[in-house]
Amino acid sequence: MPMFSHEARLKRQAVYDLLFRSLTRVSAFGVLALLVAIIVSLVVGSMPAIHAFGFGFLTSSDWNPVNDKFGALIPIIGTLITSGIALLIAIPVSFGIALFLTELSPRVLRRPLGIAIELLAGIPSIIYGMWGLFVFAPLFADHVEPWINKHIGTLSYIGPFFKGPPMGIGMLTAGIILAIMVIPFIASVMRDVFDVVPALLKESAYGLGATTWEVMWQVVLPYTKVGVAGGIMLGLGRALGETMAITFVIGNAHELSKSLLMPGNSISSALANEFTEAVGELYTSSLIELGLILFFITFVVLSIARYMLYKLGQREGQAA
Amino acid sequence: MLNLYTRRRIYNAMGLTVSVLAMLFGLFWLCWILITLLDHGLPALTPVVFEKMTPPPGSAGGLLNAIAGSAMMTLVGTLIGTPIGILAGTYLAEFGQRGWMAPVTRFINDVLLSAPSIVIGLFVYEIYVVRVKHFSGWAGALALSILVIPIVIRTTENMLRLVPSTLREAAAALGAPQWKVINFVTLRAARAGIITGVLLAVARISGETAPLLFTSLNNQFWSSNMDQPMANLPVVIFQFAMSPYEDWQKLAWAGALLITVSVLTLNILARVLFRQSATTH
Repeated sequence: MPMFSHEARLKRQAVYDLLFRSLTRVSAFGVLALLVAIIVSLVVGSMPAIHAFGFGFLTSSDWNPVNDKFGALIPIIGTLITSGIALLIAIPVSFGIALFLTELSPRVLRRPLGIAIELLAGIPSIIYGMWGLFVFAPLFADHVEPWINKHIGTLSYIGPFFKGPPMGIGMLTAGIILAIMVIPFIASVMRDVFDVVPALLKESAYGLGATTWEVMWQVVLPYTKVGVAGGIMLGLGRALGETMAITFVIGNAHELSKSLLMPGNSISSALANEFTEAVGELYTSSLIELGLILFFITFVVLSIARYMLYKLGQREGQAA
Repeated sequence: MLNLYTRRRIYNAMGLTVSVLAMLFGLFWLCWILITLLDHGLPALTPVVFEKMTPPPGSAGGLLNAIAGSAMMTLVGTLIGTPIGILAGTYLAEFGQRGWMAPVTRFINDVLLSAPSIVIGLFVYEIYVVRVKHFSGWAGALALSILVIPIVIRTTENMLRLVPSTLREAAAALGAPQWKVINFVTLRAARAGIITGVLLAVARISGETAPLLFTSLNNQFWSSNMDQPMANLPVVIFQFAMSPYEDWQKLAWAGALLITVSVLTLNILARVLFRQSATTH
């Protein structure tokens, strides 16, 4: 009965189809489950600290393992300030690099230079940290910080932020090293985003006699501003969560100081330094709550970044 | 008073100069870091590094246990993460045309792709290390596999989307069921790209330190038992570099050079592989 066996075979294939489909579906569902599991486990882990300190945890600058008093203010501020410094430096530089790679670079150099920048992104963060501690910080302390103290530290208003002993390590150093780390991320997103601008638009502007700089500012940038902002947010997400590069050079001091030259602390460096040595439920749980806060902040920032990049992608799809 | 034309040309020249300087600025750090690594790392990179265990301060030793531990955890992490990543990526590219699940998964995956790795370490600590009450190589591998999954999902989906749908239609027209079409036609056509993604994921996790701090911790001795705390290069580098002992710092430089060279080699290899496959198609 050849008909019968053929039908059975078809049926079997349909079962395999269903199995395979379900297998991929379960795997994809695993990603969603992973996110939920991360959030739930962090919330459960930080429950003791949430009960003990409530919302005061966010605004308290205490960090005293001896008295079991903890607050997240100093690490949160440290994380925000170092990431802010990093973005201030990284945005213009990344823009310059992306401009160079898309508009100026000779064709032969475009690929190798693009790879070089991506290799900068590939270097593990612990290498940045080590290099920062042993090579960058001493030079910074000897040559740059005295100059900053003398010339910027004496100004009114902003002076107090740039006054301090030239130790090499501190918030400013951490911010600069973070900047070097996020430049390749932002630059490569900007480059990809600039590449989607239709050649027709750029050529029209050139045809009207615009200079390269004008084409960049008045055609490319307005066309891609959502994507550029997305790239910057992506870099910010990286900077906020970066651990090892900062841990080496930030100085790990639970103190709130006005000066950027003084040591400070960030959420990630506090975790890296203290978590394995933390004794007592409340200490551990406070550190986990720090992790939860970090995850929340980066989640929000990265979601905005992705949303912006999707929006640009959608418009590109419509135009095509 | 300059005329408009001259002013525009001056602005243009200034802008372009700044752009070139920015490019040089980026390359400058890359060169500086690599030169420093070679300068400090090469003298420290003796055969002993590959023969001896990590020493107590003040005596000679190598990094053998750390290298082996890193290799094992990276391998296990990749083996766990890759199949899940490929399957989920396949779902997004092949089955996820309708419904809410694929777009949401894609979004969450993209966010997890750049989520702070130290939080992943905390997560594995909470769900695994706390349960079994000790640090272990398995926990480290688990944390690394969580980092692998989003990278593999992303590249798998992207690569499958590059496969022309005529190929799928041709296979389907010959009567192949969908699971065969995907496994024997689509995934095979996208193979080089997917391998590239896996290589990039391996490159990423072999330098990761933060997720291992709370999971595999460290081990001063040789250990091939994944159920025990396990030595690994990044954490050893962290510990040795932060120490005041000169021998330890020297070993840290040797380890740093090793890691960087292997990560950059993997990165370049992945690109070359991908490029070759792109040109033969």
